[in-house]
Amino acid sequence: MQEATASQVSLTARHIDGLIEALREDGYTVVGPTVADSAIVYDEIASTADLPEGWTDMQQPGKYRLSRRDDRALFGYAVGPHSWKKYLFPSSLKLWSTERAEDGALKIEAGPEEVPKYAFIGVRGCEMAAIRVQDRVFAGGRHHDSDYMTRRESAFIVAVNCGQAAETCFCTSMGTGPAVESGYDIALTELLDEAEPRYVAEAETSIGAAYLQRLGAADATAQDAEAAQQVVEKTVASITKELDTDGIKEMLYGSREDNRWDDVASRCLSCTNCTMVCPTCFCHSVTETSDLQMSSFEHTRQWDSCFSMEFTYVAGGVVRDTTRSRYRQWLTHKLGSWIDQFGTSGCVGCGRCIAWCPVGIDITEEAAALRKSHESSPKEVEDAT
Amino acid sequence: MNPTEAIATTEASGDTVPSPWVVRAAWRELSDTTSLEIAPADGSTPRFQPGQFSMLYMPGIGDIPVSVSAYSDDGKALVHTVREVGAVSAALCAMKAGDWLGVRGPFGNGWPVDAAADRDLIVIAGGLGLAPVRPAIQQAIDDSGRGGKTVVFYGSRSPSALLFRDDLLQWAVSGVAEVRTTVDRAEPGWRGNVGLVTSILDRAAFDAESAVAFVCGPEVMMRFAVFDLLSRGLSADRIFLSLERNMHCGIGLCGHCQLGPKFICTDGPVFPYSEISDLLTVRGL
Repeated sequence: MQEATASQVSLTARHIDGLIEALREDGYTVVGPTVADSAIVYDEIASTADLPEGWTDMQQPGKYRLSRRDDRALFGYAVGPHSWKKYLFPSSLKLWSTERAEDGALKIEAGPEEVPKYAFIGVRGCEMAAIRVQDRVFAGGRHHDSDYMTRRESAFIVAVNCGQAAETCFCTSMGTGPAVESGYDIALTELLDEAEPRYVAEAETSIGAAYLQRLGAADATAQDAEAAQQVVEKTVASITKELDTDGIKEMLYGSREDNRWDDVASRCLSCTNCTMVCPTCFCHSVTETSDLQMSSFEHTRQWDSCFSMEFTYVAGGVVRDTTRSRYRQWLTHKLGSWIDQFGTSGCVGCGRCIAWCPVGIDITEEAAALRKSHESSPKEVEDAT
Repeated sequence: MNPTEAIATTEASGDTVPSPWVVRAAWRELSDTTSLEIAPADGSTPRFQPGQFSMLYMPGIGDIPVSVSAYSDDGKALVHTVREVGAVSAALCAMKAGDWLGVRGPFGNGWPVDAAADRDLIVIAGGLGLAPVRPAIQQAIDDSGRGGKTVVFYGSRSPSALLFRDDLLQWAVSGVAEVRTTVDRAEPGWRGNVGLVTSILDRAAFDAESAVAFVCGPEVMMRFAVFDLLSRGLSADRIFLSLERNMHCGIGLCGHCQLGPKFICTDGPVFPYSEISDLLTVRGL
């Protein structure tokens, strides 16, 4: 975000209201952060009044609490349990249906529901990175998910350079934040040095630039541009959690029989929370429901998790039948084999899996323990093969 | 991402949504195993590579991966051979000519039959594992310009569980392939070999230095077969295995069938042993 300041404009909350209104007028379903059920979650919003003004989140392993800030920040929190994948890759989506006629003939129809055109308000650097990861999963390989692509291509993204990190954040280790790298239409940086929050905004796309122009805002001053840069630097300095990614794939491939997996399995409940809150986890199943006459059937894609037993069911039994094997799959995939599959880590350092783990398992601690054990053990594993 | 490029390859028909197919013929192979000759309801001609699998869907029951075991004689239908082990396979085994089902696929890579063009082809199959490899054997046999010979080692639980006996007999009698069979348990009248399929590998001569091997069967059988082939001097990159995991979407998107970094459904199901040797020896991977 060190580019020229010429394209940066200065906004107030009133301008952001104008932006939301303009997007809604243009047919976008505008979604953003709101406070509900004692958490900051993503939902449809109509104006900045719906945003979590003056709220922040305190996060630790196994812990998430909202608390009041002493300012009126609209984006003064880190990340909540939701991620934008709930809109791009919905947790439940009708895919196709089957009708069976009296004579047994089948009629099978794809049932693409009307796909809403979304505008996302408040996408963090780590979250933008997560969207780019899912782009590779659903649109970067031999086969594509057409529903994902339709949603993704029509989405308008207002990103936010992060001004508030949580204790669970480690985006700096994963190279995904706190500044937003690319893929957005407009990026905001929130300045809180006066009673009223101000926003330095810049567009990455022409459509984003057109919306900024419609707001009729003044160019950002050199001081504000400098202050915006300092917001990001201050956030970088506040992040304490680390994950050493150097050679991590090879380290994990060499740690398949490490005793640490038993240790973490003794704590892990195999509850699937980490996979549900992860913004990149993409595993899913298609389930079928039928009417009572067994003549009409609907097929729904639903999020699934590698922590469930059924996930690896084959005719001979369950392949990953222990928590040890399932946790090893999740962590090794997320931090290691994902790189072989998609050319990027599956982890963006958002820390959701740490905060929302009911027993507070910390992926960075597990990775560090595995590395320590790997480095202290003789290299038998590699030599044996 | 490049939207134009992506959309062009998105809807290869029947990838995510099944196409309706109709059973042209169904016949019992074994007491618990049935072959279904099925064709697209729209009259189109199906294509497949030996070693690929389809997702067969029974409305109200579910869908399962089943490998293609042959083309029909007229080439307009595919044969799938199913063993009754669960709800879907039992329903498939109960199908009759004229019944409808849904089909996605075929998916996955196939056996690299061309790799055996001028080399001996060694096939080691166990139980139902003969079904996915039968079309590869047939293709190798049908290739009149082929240099090497074809040797089929096949083991089953008992003589009455030997699959495709007519094919085995025909290959052996006509001399297009050397066929060696064995069973775990003999039955009255059985005068053949008794023991594991790996115990009969010395019953036929082949050029181990250059041979290509296709191995298909229960994973434990494949591990022993690979071990024997390696000790005979076969190169790990010329031993090919067909793996089974929970194939669900068939197109590498749902995540179920991962083995380490591999998606069995799209990277496989056929792999050279050299690519997966470190993955097969870890329990619960």
